[in-house]
Amino acid sequence: MAVTHGERRLALSQTWRKQAKLRISQNWDLYLIILIPVIYFTIFHYAPMYGVQIAFRDFQVARTILESEWVGLAHFRRFFDSFLFWRILWNTVYLSLYGLVAGFPIPIILAISLHYAVSKRFKKVVQMITYAPHFISTVVLVGMILQVLHLRIGLLNGVRGLFGADPVNYLGRPELFGHVHVWSDVWRGMGWGSIVYLAALAGVDPQMHEAAIVDGATKVQRIWHIDIPSIMPTAVILLILNVGRILFLGFEKILLLQNPLNLTASEIIQTYVYKVGLQSAIPQYSYSSAIGLFASLVSFALLIAVNRIAKRVGETSLW
Amino acid sequence: MVGGEARSDRIFNVINTTFLTAVLLAVIYPLIFIVSASFSSPEAVASGRVLLWPVELSLEGYRAVFAYEPVWTGYANTLFYTVTGTVVNVVLTLMAAYPLSRKEFFGRNLFTFYFSFTLFFSGGLIPLYLVIRSLGLLNTRAAMIIPAAIGVWNVIITRTFMQASIPDALIEAARIDGASNTYILVRVVIPLSVPIIAVISLFYAVGHWNAFFPALIYLRDPSKQPLQMVLRNVLVANEMAVDQTLIDLEEMQRRQFLQEVLRYSLIIVASVPVLMIYPLVQRHFVRGIMIGALKG
Repeated sequence: MAVTHGERRLALSQTWRKQAKLRISQNWDLYLIILIPVIYFTIFHYAPMYGVQIAFRDFQVARTILESEWVGLAHFRRFFDSFLFWRILWNTVYLSLYGLVAGFPIPIILAISLHYAVSKRFKKVVQMITYAPHFISTVVLVGMILQVLHLRIGLLNGVRGLFGADPVNYLGRPELFGHVHVWSDVWRGMGWGSIVYLAALAGVDPQMHEAAIVDGATKVQRIWHIDIPSIMPTAVILLILNVGRILFLGFEKILLLQNPLNLTASEIIQTYVYKVGLQSAIPQYSYSSAIGLFASLVSFALLIAVNRIAKRVGETSLW
Repeated sequence: MVGGEARSDRIFNVINTTFLTAVLLAVIYPLIFIVSASFSSPEAVASGRVLLWPVELSLEGYRAVFAYEPVWTGYANTLFYTVTGTVVNVVLTLMAAYPLSRKEFFGRNLFTFYFSFTLFFSGGLIPLYLVIRSLGLLNTRAAMIIPAAIGVWNVIITRTFMQASIPDALIEAARIDGASNTYILVRVVIPLSVPIIAVISLFYAVGHWNAFFPALIYLRDPSKQPLQMVLRNVLVANEMAVDQTLIDLEEMQRRQFLQEVLRYSLIIVASVPVLMIYPLVQRHFVRGIMIGALKG
């Protein structure tokens, strides 16, 4: 008696289904446990994704989402045609890329440097101090920046004064905004950012280093040929994640650092979304959502693209 | 030959130590400056004479901070948000992570995807705001807690920890003895997960302590504002914390100077709780990052 292919598949899928049923019924309370988290994600993450359709509608406060008329891509077109579009896009990309170029390698350099520190105690002290700014809140960090860079009483201008230089209004000059934002981020984030790489460095097989030492390799050669290749996968993953968030980086801090004088350099997509959608007297929910959705979609596409490139080039990827 | 290589390593060590020292100084100097300024006299601060150590030691800044009513309200509110919020966070994170850590949990990948997709795509600011408004959460204390009830990243590290450090055999044995999954979670898994609970509690608590944006968009009522909003008003939006109504010119200038010192003192007062526990718990934070790095 020959069992046909179809019959066998049917039998297989039946046992599979039976097993699935068994696994579910034996652990039914696990579903009960995860229910509340699922509800949370549904309401606070997926409901907004559903609600993002107002970007394609003319949503008004008095109406529900579904009652509002479809307007297609009108809001997107309005944003692309706006005289602010290119400036805002440029500011966003510039601040993010500058932040990435400066902020990405420094934690790696710091981690390697810490890894090769001559004394354990010194290493501990440097770690302790450099991790600390990570815990300073964004508001406090911005407060510190404003005080330290203050035109009259700021520390930096005080030091300049000692050398007879004129005070600089760091936050009033658009061309300096990028430096202020990026380097204060580096200041806050480099220690914390180095932890991941220190972990990766600690995971390097010591035999490789021993063999290299026997062969007469210097520390610099060992860093170049052993350590850096070993932390590459970690670096690539973090780079992919950062590129995926390129249109979202540093929003709260930039919002706080803004003032009318530096706005030409500091208005980014997210701050604009906030202003158009929530801060203005007549909130334009649909228009603002369209701008936000544009940023989300571009980010998502970037993430996928970079992930694919990384997979092809370095065999490291998020998924 | 060997001597030459040793010399190159010596040069490397010198450069390396110099670099680390430079980094150390660059990070610590602004911190010392803020502390010093907060303990200096208003005149010294306003004339920019504080460069490293306190000048004309004074507690006037702190006195002005404590006399400023909103600081107290803000502190109390932030304490409430931090404690309640963290409890909610930890409970829900455990409830999300535990099923995901169990191999026999059918649909595990589906749930993991459901949670982690939100890391990469979101509806955005306005749609979330509209959801919160339609739930009637605007201008309620719950708006500071519920919308941020679970952090996906913390779910992932908690799940990874549970998978790595709680033996399957233990759970199987309990199952054979007829224990329910809920019982196992409470009596077996949670007691064995204390290290990771410590880590995520700290992550969540610091997040609540430092959060200002939810307050900015969801809260109107000044009596509900957290400390960070008070800080924002004084440090960034230039709200006067020292009464500036005119008395006479000299007194007014003195008060303006006082406002400047107050800013430094306020920074210290707001950061002290976090920075005080920081040295004690630093290794927990680092551990959290390590677990996260294991399986990103």
